[in-house]
Amino acid sequence: MTVTEPHAGAEVGRDRRRKEDARLITGRTLWTENISLPGMLHLAILRSPMAHARITHVDVAPARHLPGAIDAFSGQDIADIQGTLACAWPVTEDTVVPDYPPLAVDEVRHTGEPVAVVAARDRASALDALEAIEIDYEPLPVVLDMEAALADDAPLVHEAKGTNKSYTWIFDSAEAGTGESVTHAESEAELVINRRYVQQRLIPAFMEPRGVVVDPTGEQITMWSATQIPHILRLMLAMCTGVAEHKIRVIAPDVGGGFGGKLQITPEEFIAFAAARRLGRPVKYVESRSESMLSAHHGRDQIQDITLSARRDGTVTGLSVKLLANMGAYLGIVTPGVPILGAFMFNAIYKIPAYRFECSGVFTNTTKTDAYRGAGRPEATYAIERIMDELANELGMDPIEVRRRNWINHDEFPFSTVAGLTYDSGNYEAATDKALGLLGYDELRREQQQRRDSGDPVQLGIGVSTYTEMCGLAPSRILGQLRYGAGGWENAAVRMLPTGKVEVVTGTSPHGQGHETAWSQIVADQLGVPFEDVEVLHGDTRTSHKGLDTYGSRSLAVGGIALVQACQKVVDKARPIAAHLLECDPADLEFAEGQYRIKGTPGTGKTLADCALAVFTSHEMPDGVEPTLDADATFDPDNFSFPHGTHLCAAEVDTETGHVRIRKYVAVDDVGRVVNPMIVEGQVHGGIAQGMAQALFEGAVYDADGNLLTGTFVDYTVPSSADLPEFVTDRTETPAPGHPLGAKGVGEAGTIASTPAVVNAVVDALRPLGVSDVQMPCTPERVWQAIRSATDGGERS
Amino acid sequence: MTKISMTVDGVRYDDDVEPRTLLVHHLRERLGKIGTVVGCDTSNCGSCTVLLAGKSVKSCTVLAAQADGMDVTTVEGLSTPGGALHPVQQSFHETHALQCGFCTPGMIMAAVDLLNENPDPSDEEIREGLEGNLCRCTGYQNIVRAVQHAASTMRTDVPTTPETAQQSQPAQPGASQEVTT
Repeated sequence: MTVTEPHAGAEVGRDRRRKEDARLITGRTLWTENISLPGMLHLAILRSPMAHARITHVDVAPARHLPGAIDAFSGQDIADIQGTLACAWPVTEDTVVPDYPPLAVDEVRHTGEPVAVVAARDRASALDALEAIEIDYEPLPVVLDMEAALADDAPLVHEAKGTNKSYTWIFDSAEAGTGESVTHAESEAELVINRRYVQQRLIPAFMEPRGVVVDPTGEQITMWSATQIPHILRLMLAMCTGVAEHKIRVIAPDVGGGFGGKLQITPEEFIAFAAARRLGRPVKYVESRSESMLSAHHGRDQIQDITLSARRDGTVTGLSVKLLANMGAYLGIVTPGVPILGAFMFNAIYKIPAYRFECSGVFTNTTKTDAYRGAGRPEATYAIERIMDELANELGMDPIEVRRRNWINHDEFPFSTVAGLTYDSGNYEAATDKALGLLGYDELRREQQQRRDSGDPVQLGIGVSTYTEMCGLAPSRILGQLRYGAGGWENAAVRMLPTGKVEVVTGTSPHGQGHETAWSQIVADQLGVPFEDVEVLHGDTRTSHKGLDTYGSRSLAVGGIALVQACQKVVDKARPIAAHLLECDPADLEFAEGQYRIKGTPGTGKTLADCALAVFTSHEMPDGVEPTLDADATFDPDNFSFPHGTHLCAAEVDTETGHVRIRKYVAVDDVGRVVNPMIVEGQVHGGIAQGMAQALFEGAVYDADGNLLTGTFVDYTVPSSADLPEFVTDRTETPAPGHPLGAKGVGEAGTIASTPAVVNAVVDALRPLGVSDVQMPCTPERVWQAIRSATDGGERS
Repeated sequence: MTKISMTVDGVRYDDDVEPRTLLVHHLRERLGKIGTVVGCDTSNCGSCTVLLAGKSVKSCTVLAAQADGMDVTTVEGLSTPGGALHPVQQSFHETHALQCGFCTPGMIMAAVDLLNENPDPSDEEIREGLEGNLCRCTGYQNIVRAVQHAASTMRTDVPTTPETAQQSQPAQPGASQEVTT
């Protein structure tokens, strides 16, 4: 596929202000919570206060008699209609997939698991009535730590399964034929470095809590849900409850952020679906923030044991990764697959000749984990970028120099990696050089030396992160090889209205990414119509009947190609109409900037609007012409796209208090050609903030009994404006060769890159004190403890 | 039940409310002011920020009964459909200071109050001033830009729109339209 070159006056490449903003800044937004239907009841969910227990007794009857309450029910009451939640990605043939009832029937396996429901006239009455439900638990032993869960005598999260191990997934480059043997590389190496990194558990913390409204009173059961995946949700509702697919309509209205946290089929959606069917009335459930933090899935939570082998000249010769990945108590829609996505990214931008990856998925009595911004790729990038710094330190080499010696050079693309991927394009040299210049790298290194020499209590550290990621999930063929239960194509449709205005239907489902604006820009260029004349429809399975939704930066990278192809079909369909109107042969026509003109003849031609009206009336059409210009296209990519970039962080660390201050943060990202630079910059800002939050602020913590200690925004630090610095952002542009617009995808880039950049800076500042790691989040206490442990010669935290 | 009377976005409402009703629930569920949203249950996120007697408050920390006799401005009162946007709303749009937009009404209301207090804030003062409003999408940089941009617009512009005029002269309850729900 050739990349379309932008032309003068093109919409693509312009900073278009967003169409979406008008309703969002005036408060006229259709959040799920804002939907109200006649006769609607409100649901409240009773959740388990225990991490692991048998339910020995439930009596919901007292709740039914309270004022305002209409119904109350337990898992047993709706066992026949509630269905079962499904995992779509059992990564191995023998993956242990436990039963997952939406409403617990006889056992609970994490705090916050739904156990009973009240339906009432209003939410307050529903919450009041919850108190009246009588429920008794018999506590069972709890296991929270992954290594403890794998011990022979460990309590079992799912007794019937006989094990806490869900799966073991292995990739070995020698066996796969993509590279050499790691064992051999390690035995021959001049230097072998072993490190353990811990990816703490994170809470996605989208600002809009999850909500669902179900209306069972029409011909179809209609569900509005604050979801990233309305199409997948409809399919799973049909497959897992037995209700016919064409009798279910799912709508994702305005959705207030997702970050992977709304890439899920939730118990709450299934419970509301079952409740509406049971009651025959519309129901609404909106979670509280503390319910969200307890029970919406979490992200990360891995223990990474990394071995890097190298020569003394800095050449990396092998990489071995042994991973424990916490599944939590159940498998969500893609829970087992998240760490597997990371398997392809540990080798990062480097020409590593030998690679071995082994991951075990482990059940514990915690909330399930699943996709969180970047899903597997931030975890992988963190580990490799941290250990590359360790290699630089061991060799006394500048961390940038170590990377230069190992990375894939610009003239070596496309490049087949040791993990079996083919990187499409990239220019790591250009992005890195630009970032170094923007940071003032050499000058900051000099200042760092001065501070070290003078024993300044505030030390300066410079953190490097050079990353790539795989975007555009995904070629269906590869997803099949990885045992994922769906494809990776995307659909788009163009409806030419008689007046020449355009309705575009996309299978992607945005939640803050500005698709209505960016898609309008693309269509305006392709069809030669004004930006304002395009309306983008999405997120409703009846309007947009076909799609695989929005995650993994696939919307533009995959959906954008479908969109361009659908537009090209419209242009092709209108050609014989225009030829008829111009009384010429279709082959004599050229189409540019919205007009068909007879080749070589200046002057007025016919626009798509002319053709659309002519087709609408169809009074005079050539024989055999179908009277429509509408077209749709479904595109399945043949490769991922690979954005990359270099992020640099200068951090001041107060060695007396442990406080970290970001002095300067520079991000140079290469996401291919950019449709709307303003939106891309915004995505990068938000991404950096989330990655920085993992490095410095956020972490979900359970106590020994499995209670979530960080269950509100009081205890879980989502950074505020006062916590974050200014970011310096810039770009290089290496077009994606597989995309007609050259676009690669940007949603996760900032998150992937920034976490290691910040932690590398913190550790770099503290190297003279003997610190070689600080466990995330690098809070003042953690940093101070790391300094203490290093200077006391004791255990490092 | 407690009888309360408040003027919301220039319109007076008389209602009976349960004493425990929070202002945000009263605004949303009784008065249909759904532009103000709830993002947490601990008063940390600021998504429900409104102006109460001209000052920004988190409407989930105020009982509806406490607002009896007072003026409330929500994001829906900053502009009218088809009318001019408030400079802060316009700036959020111009500088791409929102993505999913869930925090945006609260963030805008907090920014309006901040600029009423300090018409020429530094970046640091903006960051400190909006500390009580969480955003998960933007990383805050464009929000800071938006507030700076709005500040410069508001310093140079004579208030010409009804909503800015209304802010400088809060509407008298007796003079406004009355609605009983």
